[in-house]
Amino acid sequence: MPTIAEKQAVLIDEFTFFDEWMDKYNHIIEMGKALPVLDELDKKDDLLVQGCQSKVWLKAEKQGDCVRFWADADAIIAKGIVAMLIDVFDNQPAKEVAAADLGFLEEIGLKDHLSPTRANGLMSMIKQMKFYALAFGGAN
Amino acid sequence: MSYDVQAIRQQFPILHQQVHGRPLVYLDNAATAQKPLAVIEAITNFYTKDNANVHRGVHTLSQRSTDAMEAVRAAVCAHINAREVGEIIFTRGITDSINTVAFGMGALIQPHQNVVITALEHHSNIVPWQMLCERSGAALRYIPMNDKGELNLSTLDALVDENTAIVAFNHISNALGTINPVKLILERAKAVGAWTLVDGAQSGPHAKVDVQDWDVDFFTLSSHKMYGPTGLGVLYGKRERLEALPPYQGGGEMIATVTMEKSTYADIPHKFEAGTPHIEGIIGFGAALSYINSVGIEAIAAHEAALLDYATKTLSTIDGFRIIGTATKKASVISFLVDGTHPYDLGVLLDQQGIAVRTGQHCTQPIMDQFCIAGTARASFAMYNTFEEIDLFKAALERAVTMLR
Repeated sequence: MPTIAEKQAVLIDEFTFFDEWMDKYNHIIEMGKALPVLDELDKKDDLLVQGCQSKVWLKAEKQGDCVRFWADADAIIAKGIVAMLIDVFDNQPAKEVAAADLGFLEEIGLKDHLSPTRANGLMSMIKQMKFYALAFGGAN
Repeated sequence: MSYDVQAIRQQFPILHQQVHGRPLVYLDNAATAQKPLAVIEAITNFYTKDNANVHRGVHTLSQRSTDAMEAVRAAVCAHINAREVGEIIFTRGITDSINTVAFGMGALIQPHQNVVITALEHHSNIVPWQMLCERSGAALRYIPMNDKGELNLSTLDALVDENTAIVAFNHISNALGTINPVKLILERAKAVGAWTLVDGAQSGPHAKVDVQDWDVDFFTLSSHKMYGPTGLGVLYGKRERLEALPPYQGGGEMIATVTMEKSTYADIPHKFEAGTPHIEGIIGFGAALSYINSVGIEAIAAHEAALLDYATKTLSTIDGFRIIGTATKKASVISFLVDGTHPYDLGVLLDQQGIAVRTGQHCTQPIMDQFCIAGTARASFAMYNTFEEIDLFKAALERAVTMLR
């Protein structure tokens, strides 16, 4: 299993391949489309990530020392972004998730590219994932 | 004389720029319109030459500032055909204008009375009335709309009755573009003796309004939607109504005499203009009004109607394109969805291609609820938009839809 850092390096590689932001968005959209859909029963309000403009549901479970993540969103770009985070964090040790530095978001330029409200949404997703990791024993 | 849109565009410096490497196509005019050079220069001139606080100053600059500000009041008075300049109050915006009336009515309304608004209102014409009703115990009623976004007027006689204190509604819906039958609603309100308020946020830049012809009690305008500065609105009120209405805010400028025990209020309009006004905003708004009149509001309306017609036809050829709000009488607003896509995604991908549209609920959550949708994308046109821009918009939208599906 690749580490969080290795996962990020792969994403950076993928995104530096595209010069145009329309192509980068296309890649984000494709990741969103590829993310397995969440069961309708799981789309409950208590799984909604607060602070996103569109609806983003995030579900997490502890499996051994690791955290599993599933998500869905009503807008596909938001879903693509959460898919990237899941790609990096899913099935990683809770301790690692809680402590991880997500430098790839800056490397691929996503953080600077999003409007302030959308950047806040991204931060909310990350915060929510780290909260789950902490709750599942990731605190040191 | 033909409409020279290129000459008009030359007057708007902000339009000549690239966004994400593409020429800017600004289609968010229902939120705010861009400013012509005349407005920008009027504000610069004011601060370069005339700036001083207004009223009661004996020195030359104060006199000049006062004269300039009062000249704009007179221009607004003429623009909407009010009886006298005292009936023109400068406010912080339409929200402030409506709150001024709704707050003042708190002293006049009785618990058995009701307030009638419509299902088509912006939050700014809903919440102040909800607050008034909560404070007073009066009931709030809504004139419903049909699935085209037109008001259902068969309910009018039942909803507006002898206990109606005020009927408040917009001339044109910001979210859907519906043009409401103002005179018909006013007629019913007047027949039962109710006060009336028409919100002109969206009509100001597109239509000529004559408040005496309408015989409306209150009418509101927004400077920034009419190519003028932000932070400024107008509240027109009939003299007898404004005299009956207690002021909303106390302070300087709005008083006749002040003792530590009691103050008496100044005559209108000053009674409702506490504090130093938004002087440069007012002067900029005056320049915007002159600019609108120099182009001609009828000519602007005709150009926008042609844009709306063209955009409606050309965009409807996109597979799954759906317009929310299909009233027979519509202003230049297209609120839309495309099947299989989310409006937020469309907004992002259009922005990437230089196209500025608005996405979301447009401060009209009840409208979105009635259509059972979370929001829409909205394109709205102004005097400087072109048919070529609509073609660019369509091509960009098609590309976005292809990516998203």
